[in-house]
Order: sequence, then structure tokens, then C-alpha cells
Amino acid sequence: MNETRTDSLVSIRGLTKRYGKITALDNVNLELPPGRIIGLLGPNGSGKTTLIKLMNGLLVPGRGTILIDGNIPGIATKSCVSYLPERFYASDSMRVEDLFSYFEDFYADFDKSKALGLLEKLQISLKSPLKSLSKGTREKAALVLVMSRRAKLYILDEPIAGVDPAARDVILRTIIQEYDESSTILLSTHLISDIETILDDVIFIRDGKTLLSSSVEDIRSAQGRSVDAYFREVFAC
Amino acid sequence: MAWTLDSDRPIYAQIVERLKLQIVSGNYPPGARLPSVRELAAQASVNPNTMQKAFTELERTGLIVTLRTSGRIVTQDGERIAVARRELAQEQVRLFWEQMTQLGYDREQILSLLLETGGNTHE
Repeated sequence: MNETRTDSLVSIRGLTKRYGKITALDNVNLELPPGRIIGLLGPNGSGKTTLIKLMNGLLVPGRGTILIDGNIPGIATKSCVSYLPERFYASDSMRVEDLFSYFEDFYADFDKSKALGLLEKLQISLKSPLKSLSKGTREKAALVLVMSRRAKLYILDEPIAGVDPAARDVILRTIIQEYDESSTILLSTHLISDIETILDDVIFIRDGKTLLSSSVEDIRSAQGRSVDAYFREVFAC
Repeated sequence: MAWTLDSDRPIYAQIVERLKLQIVSGNYPPGARLPSVRELAAQASVNPNTMQKAFTELERTGLIVTLRTSGRIVTQDGERIAVARRELAQEQVRLFWEQMTQLGYDREQILSLLLETGGNTHE
């Protein structure tokens, strides 16, 4: 994935980000093609969320560039990137239906009927106040909204952290069924064994540097073991 | 429920085996319409591209057939399915001999044990 491709959806060159003396990202180069499900894997503090925030224009790079569909992160990219942050931004006092109106107002590509269908399938009521929902249900509701946009790039920051295995299955299934085949999903996690079967490619990141980007089947063929087992070896201290 | 997959082998190869077994065992009978790639990928909790690759492999070997208008069906060629059944059976027999040999049995002993216990496995 590192060679230059003209058909890249995301192109990252020499990306560096420092917080004071701490280097969060160090000269990162990545090319993400369209139509893939890509896992961004790394231990805590490796730079996953910093990279994701930079891609969403929530942080400004120290050095280097990010191009998403040919644009630097900003107003233009917000219309084609659907982002599920690590902590969802909705206030506790809102109801699910209020969040709905937010998405309708903000995003022209929001597919309301799709979102309604998914909520019904997951048995989440529109009238529920968010504070009455469990953590897992809230994450499911947020994912439904994010996946109901017709975006080119979905960026999901830890979409399955903190939900039970049954809810995890539902969330992964929702991701597989609902994304458009021409769009790309970048999802960060440290729970690799749960998600590796749904990934096309993985990117390993540590101390702000990308160690590897490869396809899941290539790793399994070459290593004779799961990406999870390989990850544990690469990141063993 | 997601399919149970071994962690140490490529995923698509395991999907191919699994679908083969379902076709041979009649779970998907000859001529039956298969679910879409997306549907089956979601069912198995695997990447749709991986499922696609498995389908392509099964098409290559003639077990499934793509129709232009109505998706994919299991082949109606009973001969082809019989061949696949035989391949799966041979693999089982090969594994059986391998394990029995590991247990220290020779050919004679394996055969007499087979005759002794044959047909009584469901008691």
C-alpha cells in the first residue's frame, strides 16, 4: 500500500505531529485505496487517534500533507468523510431523534430511511434519551448514524471498544452490510482477534511510526498464523 | 453467529472448504440459489472481498455457477458434486490413516479394527 497510486483515496506524505517535546507521529507515509476495509492497529499511545484527528482536520500537521480525495482536511473533506470519534459528541440530554435531526441538517449525504431501518433492526427507539441507553447501545446508535451517510471514507475510532461480544458481532455485521463497496473504511482498534476476519488490510503503528502495511491474507499465508498472533510478537516488549 | 475459523490459515481457503461441505452435504442442494456475497460475508463475519475470492475459487472449480440475471447457484452437475464429495472423503481417510499410524497401528490392525467397529459408531 505504500507505493504511489494515482487511484488513492487518501494520500499521506511525511506526516509529523509533535505535542511539545513528544513526537506523536513521525514521518508517516500511507496510501489508502478505495474499496477496502483497513485496520489501524497499535498499542495504546502509538498515535492512532492523532492520525485520525489529523485526517478529520481536528489537529493541524506539524509537517507533511494529507490529501483525501484530492483535498486537504477541511470543509471539502467533511462532506465525504464520515467520522465516528472515540467519544461521541452527543449530549446526554438529547434523544436519539435529536441526533437524527443533527445528521439530517449537517450532512447532505445522510440516508434517513437507511438509518431508520437499521435502528429498528437493532431495536433502538427514536424516543430514547441518550442517558437511558447503555454504553453499548449508545455506540450502536452512533455507528448507525455514521454508517448511514453515503461517504467515500468512513473513519471509525475504536468502534467496538467497551461493548459485549454479542453487540460486537452486531456492529461488525452492520459495518459489513452497510458500507458501499467503492468506499473505504479505516478503523482503529487494539482488539485485533475480534475484527481481523473482516479486514482487507492492516497498518501497524508504534511510537508514531508505521511498521507495516499489508493484507490480512498475505500475513496469514506468510506467517502461518493470525494477524493477532503476529501483532503480539511484533509488539512484545 | 460468526463462523469459527482457524487462526493459522488464510481465511478464504477455510471459507471454500466450508461452502464445499455445505454443497456436498446437500445443505445447498444442486441448483439452489446462494446468498449474495454481502449477505454471506455478514453471516460469517468476514470481509466481502474475501468471500468474493472464495466464490471465485468455487466457480473456477465448477461447483457454483454465476447466472447473468439471478446471482449464483450450486451446479446442477451431479457428477461434479460427486467428485467434490469423493475429494473430501479421501482427505478424511488420509487424516485417519495418518493419526492411526501415529498411534502405532499397522495396516492389518487398522483394517481389523475398522471391520470390528464399522457401523457401530452411533451406539
